[in-house]
Amino acid sequence: MYAQLVKSEGKKSAEEMSPEERAFQDRVDRGEKIEPKEWMPEGYRKTLIRQIGQHAHSEIVGQLPEGNWITRAPTLERKAILLAKVQDEAGHGLYLYCAAETLGISRDQLLDKLHDGSMKYSSIFNYPTLTWADIGAVGWLVDGAAIMNQVPLQKTSFGPYSRAMIRICKEESFHQRQGYDIMMKMAQGTPEQKAMAQDALNRFWSPALMMFGPSDKESVHSAQSMAWKIKIDTNDELRQKFVDQTVPQAEYLGLSIPDPNLKWNEEKKGYDFSEPDWTEFFEVIAGNGPCNRERLGARVKAWEDGAWFRDALVAHAEKDAARRAAARVAAE
Amino acid sequence: MSSEWPLWEVFIRGQHGLNHRHVGSLHAPDAEMAIKNARDVYTRRNEGVSIWVVKSVDIAASSPSDKGPLFEPSNSKVYRHPTFFSIPDEVGHM
Repeated sequence: MYAQLVKSEGKKSAEEMSPEERAFQDRVDRGEKIEPKEWMPEGYRKTLIRQIGQHAHSEIVGQLPEGNWITRAPTLERKAILLAKVQDEAGHGLYLYCAAETLGISRDQLLDKLHDGSMKYSSIFNYPTLTWADIGAVGWLVDGAAIMNQVPLQKTSFGPYSRAMIRICKEESFHQRQGYDIMMKMAQGTPEQKAMAQDALNRFWSPALMMFGPSDKESVHSAQSMAWKIKIDTNDELRQKFVDQTVPQAEYLGLSIPDPNLKWNEEKKGYDFSEPDWTEFFEVIAGNGPCNRERLGARVKAWEDGAWFRDALVAHAEKDAARRAAARVAAE
Repeated sequence: MSSEWPLWEVFIRGQHGLNHRHVGSLHAPDAEMAIKNARDVYTRRNEGVSIWVVKSVDIAASSPSDKGPLFEPSNSKVYRHPTFFSIPDEVGHM
């Protein structure tokens, strides 16, 4: 989802575990939180760095498609709200980078890995936001899908990650509601506005379903991550929950889900729906989505253009500290 | 040059005369900027009335392996809790 296709290790059986690993697994099973300085398997540490890092990158890159509309929001109020939302995303990125840093990697190292392409961010942010209705669809569907994944992660076994998720979830429901609010306004507006809302839903539906990642029922990576409680539900479970929750919301708007196979299944008490196009998903992940180059380019440019400023603030801080030290010596 | 900004731990006092409480961390070049950033990141929804920031490297912490020697001795000292002593009902509230 915000972290897709995170590589873990094959799950170990109790016999294959070392005594330390078994004691660690027992702690996780008891629901204890693991804190940064405590012993943890190397695989747990590495998988978490990949997962939290990818999640953090998604928050930061996710600012770009929405930032695109800050200057063109239809009213001053909408503009202030969108600014607040995009600012929240920066904060979410920061919480997550800090959580990742407790595992022994620095934020700058994580950013280097984003910039050189060795770490990914969610596929969803490689789609363009063409109209104002897209901002509604992003809040409603993309943040809605993110919440699906993030709510269970509040119970994850790694303390700093869990605490970051709790903070993020508190703020995230504002994001989804503001998106739905935009969709309501457009869906109840002129026929042209309603058509824009439908068009946004048509374009974002399938990419939103892809956010959960391909089916991982049989994945050994997932089995290990679930044993470690750094993944709580399977991708399919989350996707099903998302569809079941979203369909009535679309009905309320009077918009139709762009899937001819969407049908209520009384037996499973959920909707049947079409799988998204996984070939497209892997193309986007590989860097060939509609906006991959633009998004990564914007991040790299911001980082490089800001280097002189970051350095200047460090130089100022160092000079200031030296001045204070000299003043202390003079006073003694 | 590009040296990484140091990490700061952020403590916020909530509205109700509580202690400052650890809320998270952030990067900043100096204390002044750390407080400004903490305001932007950790108090966007009226979470506090006062901010402390401390450089993470300046925090000394107990080691997880010392958990036993540090905290187990108090397990057996149940008399430190008022409920250890039973006071007859006739005495009234104490």
